[in-house]
Amino acid sequence: MASRRTIYKWFWVWDFEKEEEWLNEMAMNGWVLESVGFCSYHFIRCEPGEYSVRLEMHPYDESYVSFMEETGAEYVGRMMMWIYFRKKTADGPFDLFSDIDSRISHLDKIGKFLTIVGGANLSIGLFNSFSPSRLGWVNLLCATLLMYALGRIHGKKESLEKERLLHE
Amino acid sequence: MADSLALTEATYYILLSLVSPRHGYGIMQLTEELSGGRVRLAAGTLYGALNALCAKGWIIQLPAEDDSRRKEYKLTATGLKVLNKEVARLRELADNGEKILRGE
Repeated sequence: MASRRTIYKWFWVWDFEKEEEWLNEMAMNGWVLESVGFCSYHFIRCEPGEYSVRLEMHPYDESYVSFMEETGAEYVGRMMMWIYFRKKTADGPFDLFSDIDSRISHLDKIGKFLTIVGGANLSIGLFNSFSPSRLGWVNLLCATLLMYALGRIHGKKESLEKERLLHE
Repeated sequence: MADSLALTEATYYILLSLVSPRHGYGIMQLTEELSGGRVRLAAGTLYGALNALCAKGWIIQLPAEDDSRRKEYKLTATGLKVLNKEVARLRELADNGEKILRGE
């Protein structure tokens, strides 16, 4: 039986929780994430349910990775601005965020990133619309999609903020 | 104004854990132990909170020992004041709750 496999899959940025859920389902089925690439996930065999997997948007920061390792998590890899960790379930529950405030600031981080990339696409798109290249629409399309993503992330944030009115 | 706001549960337990110097994992363990397993600080939440508390000057990072990459933190005098105020605030909340529920 093969001990490694690669799956090509695309997740929209607002579906990062679904991505995490899928990675944990894979681990439940005996495949744990070993490394990540662009739209590609590389798995190796593990005992079913041996690992939990978590991901978050976080600029690469060595001190953060060593902090995570100190708590028993293993750094798996990163792709774009996303960083992936796994931890053996026998070593206790594994979460990255344990209160509403830190979930909100995570969403803020994603929002900031989308705003910067979306803004850049918008300016490039507008600039190119007036240039002979005629490729400005590509960036404008990207900008539209990124703004849509920003809206989805903002929606998630609003529902957390509503919850925070009553508890933390 | 900000100093009269209530602390979050995470902040409260972090400050309490740092009355004596501890590293990140030590804070997570003590918090879980003190709260009887009820409060579990997740690593990402803790990391963000430690940075924010350092920036506020309520805790400081101790110089790393040569053989260890693990960073230790400790409460500052300001942090201790904040913590004492919070304990008084929590006592008021609990006292009022008990008084009213007992029907006094």
